Amino acid sequence: MTTATLEKIDHENYSDDYIRSILRKVNVIAMVGASANWNRPSYFAMKYLQQKGYRVIPVNPKEAGKEILGERAYAALTDIPVKVDMVDCFRASEAIPPIAEDAIKIGAKVLWMQLGVRNDEAARKAEAAGLQVVMNRCPKIEYGRLSQEIGWMGVNTRVINSKRQRRI
Amino acid sequence: MEPKNKAVAASKRAAENASPYGFDTLQVHAGTAPDPTTGARSTPIYQTTAYVFEDADQAASLFNLQSFGNIYTRLTNPTTAVLEQKVAALENARAATAVASGHASQAVAFHMLMNPGDHIVSSSKLYGGSITQLGVSFKRFDWHTTFVDPDDIKGFADAITPKTKAIYAESLSNPGGVVCDIEALAEIAHKAGIPLIIDNTMASPYLCRPIEWGADIVLHSATKFLGGHGNSMGGVIVDSGKFDWGQNDKFPHLSQPSPAYHGLTFWETFGDMAFAVACRAISLRDLGPAISPFNAFMILTGMETLSLRMRKHCDNALAIAEFLSKHPKVAWVSYAGLKGDRYHALAQKYLPKGAGSVFTFGLKGGYEAGLKFVDTVEIFSHLANVGDTRSLVIHPASTTHRQLTPEQREAAGAGDNVIRLSIGIEDVNDLIKDIDKALNAA
Repeated sequence: MTTATLEKIDHENYSDDYIRSILRKVNVIAMVGASANWNRPSYFAMKYLQQKGYRVIPVNPKEAGKEILGERAYAALTDIPVKVDMVDCFRASEAIPPIAEDAIKIGAKVLWMQLGVRNDEAARKAEAAGLQVVMNRCPKIEYGRLSQEIGWMGVNTRVINSKRQRRI
Repeated sequence: MEPKNKAVAASKRAAENASPYGFDTLQVHAGTAPDPTTGARSTPIYQTTAYVFEDADQAASLFNLQSFGNIYTRLTNPTTAVLEQKVAALENARAATAVASGHASQAVAFHMLMNPGDHIVSSSKLYGGSITQLGVSFKRFDWHTTFVDPDDIKGFADAITPKTKAIYAESLSNPGGVVCDIEALAEIAHKAGIPLIIDNTMASPYLCRPIEWGADIVLHSATKFLGGHGNSMGGVIVDSGKFDWGQNDKFPHLSQPSPAYHGLTFWETFGDMAFAVACRAISLRDLGPAISPFNAFMILTGMETLSLRMRKHCDNALAIAEFLSKHPKVAWVSYAGLKGDRYHALAQKYLPKGAGSVFTFGLKGGYEAGLKFVDTVEIFSHLANVGDTRSLVIHPASTTHRQLTPEQREAAGAGDNVIRLSIGIEDVNDLIKDIDKALNAA
């Protein structure tokens, strides 16, 4: 009953397995729109993802050449000298298409758009180029939810687990 | 450089809270998992005030709300977190924050929404203690409440002013058996750009899930049916995650940089869990009514049998209401589960599985008959609480409403002939015999 073709992703409702598979396989994340300001959401997400073992490379023309949380920032995705697995976008929905094009160009496997960010046209192009796409989600929140860590804040993780292990 | 259109995000994510599991599975399993260190299957009671930081950097991250973790039990506790997740899952909500009592849930939730001079439009059919809290004590914070009869839906819209920050009502009111038209109230609130807050204590999420009818925030006195055994105080604030706090400038504590967190903006940073997080990180932190971990444990243990108890509570209550309605000593019965009751149609819509187990009836004999009734019952306990496994009774005119004039008692639904029952889960035939004996003595 299984098919070899890519499953059609429902961008309104991602399965836990879909999100989990992405968070398990990526190592290097380029964060477009990463802020150097400690009280911005992107800084929160970058710091958390670093704690979970991801390498996060900031992309922000205003910070290019400077460091954020110990990582050198670049002006554009195409300037990053190492292989990037996932591109995480802290940008407005209308700013996504050129970022998606660059993500395809640098061989990223995942295009991720943050909470409140959605661009279906860019998503379609990225998927056509073989990338997995997530829109309107935060990887920090999803990691915290699937690991049940976010439950410490009373958040409904929707995860039921009868095992001792906590893993995403 | 930050994401915009959070409103779209919130509404699109609303459906996402729905669980693939049934209610009876969630009430047992939601929020719980074996303890990773010891393998303990029952939720451990983490009876601790504070938690050791991994290092200075992790400590700073926790205080900045950048990491998920525990600092101090006034803010979070792993036992309490299980209770919070369980209630959030059963209410089909995004998140919940537990506090020391139902009253504390009201104080904390309104503290997050209100500024001095602000206003609440509330149903007049609330638990008496809530009427006093909103109508009298909140005035000292310069928070003002207009009470509207829940039968007068248009009255809620008429009472809204530019300072109004919420509409408040009980899904099933205590003690009158009044059922609120949640869907109609949600429409009025959302048109005004304010949230609908529903106290769902009397119904519990097994009988009614207000968020599915448009409520944005749900409050509970967990002391009642959630815990269910009359042994522990607790309250819960439930955040649907559906309300757009940035749609207007009415909620600066959520939509503007917070001076209590060095300019962090809760709505932007936490999105659809912003209200629950802010209730914890600001109002619970600074007002201080934390629930004890032991009470959280007692309540979450009680919740594992919520649906079983509620079914028995409702079956018993309906049988007793039917018995009373035919009894020659009884003048009237106010129970929305009875055919012919004025709230029966609304109960069919919002509480199809049962109209709860707290209701009032009137004795033909008046004040003295009421005293005789509560003194004669042997299984029913004469006390001021509801939502216990045990059946409870009170004569409001001689107790909770004693200080009022006869006219005020009548207006409050606590006239001289009124008896309030909270039907437990005992054998219904024993309960009926106990009532019959007391009625014949009254």
